[in-house]
Formats: sequence, C-alpha cells, structure tokens
Amino acid sequence: MIRLEPRTQPSRLLSALAPVLAALAALCLAAIPLLAAGAPVLRSYQVMFDGAFGSLFSLTEVVARATPLMLTGLAAAIAFRARLFNIGAEGQLYVGALAAVAAGSGLFEGPSVVMIPAVLIAGALAGMAMMLVPTLLKVKLGADEIVVTLLLNFVVQLFVQMMIEGPMKDPMSLGWPQTEPILDSAALPKLIEKTRVHAGLIVALIAAIGVHVFVKRTVFGFRLRAVGASPDAAHFAGISVGRTMLMVGAISGALAGLAGVGEVAGLKGYLTNDLSPGYGYAGIVVAVLARLSPLGAIASALFVAAVFVGADSMSRALNLSSYIANLIVALSLLSVLLSEVATRYRIRLSSVRKAAA
Amino acid sequence: MSEVLDILMTVSFWAAALRIATPLVFGVIGALLCERAGVLNLGIEGIMTVGAMTGWMAAWAGAGLWGGVAAAAGMGALCGLLLAFLTVTLGLSQHVSGLGVTLLATSASYFTYRVALPNVTTPPRIEPFQPLNLPFLSDLPIVGPILFQQTALTILALALVAVLSWFLARTPLGLAIRAVGENPAAVEAQGMDVHHLRIGAVVVGSAIMAVGGAFLTMSAFNAFFFEMVAGRGWICIALVVFASWRPGKALIGAVLFGAFDAFQVRLQQAMGGALPGQIFLMIPYLLSILALVVWSRNADYPKALTIPYVRGQR
Repeated sequence: MIRLEPRTQPSRLLSALAPVLAALAALCLAAIPLLAAGAPVLRSYQVMFDGAFGSLFSLTEVVARATPLMLTGLAAAIAFRARLFNIGAEGQLYVGALAAVAAGSGLFEGPSVVMIPAVLIAGALAGMAMMLVPTLLKVKLGADEIVVTLLLNFVVQLFVQMMIEGPMKDPMSLGWPQTEPILDSAALPKLIEKTRVHAGLIVALIAAIGVHVFVKRTVFGFRLRAVGASPDAAHFAGISVGRTMLMVGAISGALAGLAGVGEVAGLKGYLTNDLSPGYGYAGIVVAVLARLSPLGAIASALFVAAVFVGADSMSRALNLSSYIANLIVALSLLSVLLSEVATRYRIRLSSVRKAAA
Repeated sequence: MSEVLDILMTVSFWAAALRIATPLVFGVIGALLCERAGVLNLGIEGIMTVGAMTGWMAAWAGAGLWGGVAAAAGMGALCGLLLAFLTVTLGLSQHVSGLGVTLLATSASYFTYRVALPNVTTPPRIEPFQPLNLPFLSDLPIVGPILFQQTALTILALALVAVLSWFLARTPLGLAIRAVGENPAAVEAQGMDVHHLRIGAVVVGSAIMAVGGAFLTMSAFNAFFFEMVAGRGWICIALVVFASWRPGKALIGAVLFGAFDAFQVRLQQAMGGALPGQIFLMIPYLLSILALVVWSRNADYPKALTIPYVRGQR
C-alpha cells in the first residue's frame, strides 16, 4: 500500500529541484508516444536537442518564442497566486494585439518614442479590460472565472476574425483576412539583426522583475499573497479581497495583452487569426512549472519554448507531428504537479501501521 | 415577430435543437456526476476531444459504430482515472489537474490523429449513425420527428438522464455519491471509502463525456477535425451550475442551449448577411457566460466541491 505521510516542512532541496526533475520526466515520458509512432527515439531526442540548442540561430529562435511565453506565464503566475484562475490569457493576448494594431497602423503618427509606448499601452489596457470583466463577475456575482475566461477565449477568437475580415481588413491584402501593417515607427526594434529576437524580450524581462518586486516587496503584493493563502483570513485581517482580486486581474490581463503586442509589433507586423499557437494556454504550464515564481517563469518559458522549437525541427527532420511539443508541455505540467506530492509528503511503501493514526 | 414564431413553431427546429443539445447532454451529465461526488472535472474539454477522435478512428478502423462508442467511453474512463488519481488519491489542485488532463488529452488526440494519418488534408469519412426509423414511434406526429427520428446516441443521452436521475435520487450508492460531495467525513464514518466513491464517479462521468465527444464525429459529422469540440466542454461546466446539479434541469439547460444555437443559425440565414456571421457564432458562448453569471448568485454548490479529502483530517 502506498501511504503519503506529510512532511513537517516541505523539503527545500526537492522544492528547488522539482521543476527540473519534472521537465526531465516529461521529456522521458515523451518516449512513449515517440515509440508508438514508430520513431527512432534516441535520434528524435538528438534532433530535438540540436533543433533547439544546436546553433546560435536556433538559440535566438528559442528566446524569440520564449518572449510571449514569459508574459503569459507571468499573467498566469500572478493571478494564480491570488487564487484568481485566469485561463483567458489566449484571448487577452489577441485583444492586446488587436489594440496595438488599431493604435499603431495609422490612427495617428509620430516618432518611435511616442508610437512604441502607445502600442504597448494600448495592448496592455485592452488585455486589462478583457480580464477585468471576468474578475468583476467573480468578485461581484460569484461567477467562476475559469469558465468565463475560457469561454471568452472563443468569443475573442471570433471577434478577431470578424475584425480582420471586416472593419480592420487590409484593403491591400489581396483578400487575405489580415489587418493593415503596423507603422515602422510603432514596430518594436530587433535586438539582434537577422533573428526574430525583438524588444518585447526587454518588456518581458522588466515585467518579470517588476512582478517579482511587486509580489515580494509591496503592500499590494502582501495583500495578494494573503488573499492567495486564505481569502477568509485576509478578509478578517481587513484586506479587501475584492479590490485585491481586481488589482491582480488588471495586472494579469495587461501582461497577457503585452504578449500580444510583442507578437504583432515585434514579429509579424500585422494581425491574423493564427498569431498565437496557444501561447496563452502554454503560459499556464510556464507558471505552474515555475511554481508561480515570477523569476522562475523566465526559465520555464525558455524550457517550453525550447520544446516547441526542438519539436518543430524534429517534425521536419523525421516527418513526425509537431503536436509532440504540446504533449511534452502537457506532460511537464502533470509531472510538476506530481512532484509537489514528493516535496510535501514522504512516500512510504509499507503495510506497517504506525501509531500516528 | 411572426417570423421568429415561424421558426420556433416548426418540428424541424426542435429536432435540430435536440440534435445540437445531444453532445452537451452527455457532457453535462458526466460533469454533474463528477461534481456531485466533489470533483470539478476540468478535463472535460480534452476528454470530449479524445472521445471524438477515438470513436471515429475505431469506427474507421472497422470496429463498428458501437465499437467506436465503446472505445471512446473506454478512453474517457482512462482519462478520468488519471484525473481521479491526481485529484482524489493525491489530493492535488482540481483546477490545475483538470486543465492538465485537458492539455494532455487534446494533444494526445491530435498527435495520434497525425501519426495515423500523416499527410492527409481531409480526414477519411465514416458511415455515421443514421436517424432511427422505429415502427409506430417514428411516425407519431410532432414527437416522432423530434424524438424518434434522431440517431441512437440521442436516445442514449436521454436515457442516461433518466437513469442518472433515478440513480442519484433513489439508490443507496447514489445517496453515497451525493453525500461524498457534501460531507465526506460523514460518509467515512458510515464505513464507506470516500476515495473509491469519488474515483468511481469521476471514471464513469468521464466515460459519459467522451461519448458526447464521439457523438460529434459519429453522428453530427462523419469525421474528426481539429478543434471541433470548440469549447463545448466548458459550456457544459457552465450548464452544470445552471442545472443546480440536477440531471433533469441539465437536460432542460442543454436543450434550451441547443434551441438558441439552432435559432441563431436560422436567424443568420434569415438576415442574409446583414451582420457578420461571427456575431451569431459568439452567441452560444456569451449565453453560457450569461447563464453562469445569473445562476451563480444563488448556486448551491456541493459543499465539498474541489476540496480534497484526506483520511483522518478535517
């Protein structure tokens, strides 16, 4: 019989190692679907590793992919810390991108020092507004935010489709449903020439440090952690749970909105309905893998991005489905959950009764 | 106004409403069973995807339609077992575990599809379930076309509602399941195993959800497409709240939802492109949010919902 015996203190060592072990476990577990698909397992891993880390270019590609993941990961991390389950980062990312295009494609013109902050602010505000709706519905009316944010993702997807086929469609696009391009002055500059690494990375890193300081060092951060630890206790201590949630929801939505700005103003230049290959959902994995630590989200975003980049080149080289990446990412989420058990409990394999009962 | 009535008064409209409602009926009933036992099953979206993929692929591989349904239910049960292990046995967060199961089940379905059919652009079609043609019943006026010219899976869904209603309300095991979602300590005091009851409910509930997914590929359509579940699982989670955790009300909720959906399609046709089509497609999602918001205020959640049970601990 397996018995779980609570540790008096969570194991420090295991806590620190857990995400790494979980990521490794997920990579090992991926051997099962690879075997099932009849792929040469070791060679698949080799190709995947080379695809992500084999050249300077592939490394920059990992960093480019990690940029939106850091932001959506932070969006999930800060919200989950306050037990506000924002699963709507995907939708917030898209409205952020939509707002950035609306503000940056000729509505007004100016030098880059004006235009770049303008698109960033527009995207952040749009994402914020998008998340404030479910947060308000939760705080005021008790509607479960998980279901609302998930359903809003579908609404946003349809809304974006409507805008790029209708009012915001580029007349010069030869019929393709896409928006007009963002002005050059509003585009986020490339950090490294001839790669896809753009200034959104700086935004993401500043955001990670900002969220870290905010959570650890400010009064609001204290309230956030109190609400996350126990809403009832926080309420009795005189903390307004509702107001804290709204604050957290606003920040979380803004971060996800910024991810959309980066993708559209840093990479693609215009908005289509396939801007994000599920960065919003993967952000949840990034956050949980980082155990909701803002700085840890940087590392876990790089890991998830490496999995995606590596799996892409594996699927090209071995003609395997790139959905293997989504599988590995999902497996790492479940592995890190399992690792939590190991840090909080001692696992005993015994039938010996203890006096503890 | 009379045009609206014209739409609402036709037999074909209500037949369509019930057809659209069928996958939701399976999904809501499955989610409801899990929640009654105290487990929020956010794996539903992925489990429905697995059901859709498995049922269709099994039928395509020659297992027959009912073989496909059985395979879908089996895979759903397996996903349920994983979720139950995480949330019940290990007592991990039901929110994160559920989303994890959805991510895993969805990507596993897509991966399997791509491995089985590496380079196809259109998936192979199967011969789906055909509308029933029962002697006497299918020929009844009004009721015949609405109820008895559906496919067998719709009848199965309706039968499941009745069975689950009876099971929860009238059987000792049903009472135990309900109690385990309200006050698990009391159930344990009665000498029953809380974990076994919860695991059983989640496994059976997940199998039912998966059949809802299979309806999509084996009855509503005749092949599997990416993202075809399209949030139906999440809609079901909202409908459970609307239904106040009662199977009968869940059926009403799903059929009302189906009616709205069937209505928006007809309205869209009647308006002939005066408004962008996406507006109409948003309606089901917005309605689900509205239903959730309105019915959440006085919702009587199972008291132990989302709370893991650890033996000998309060």
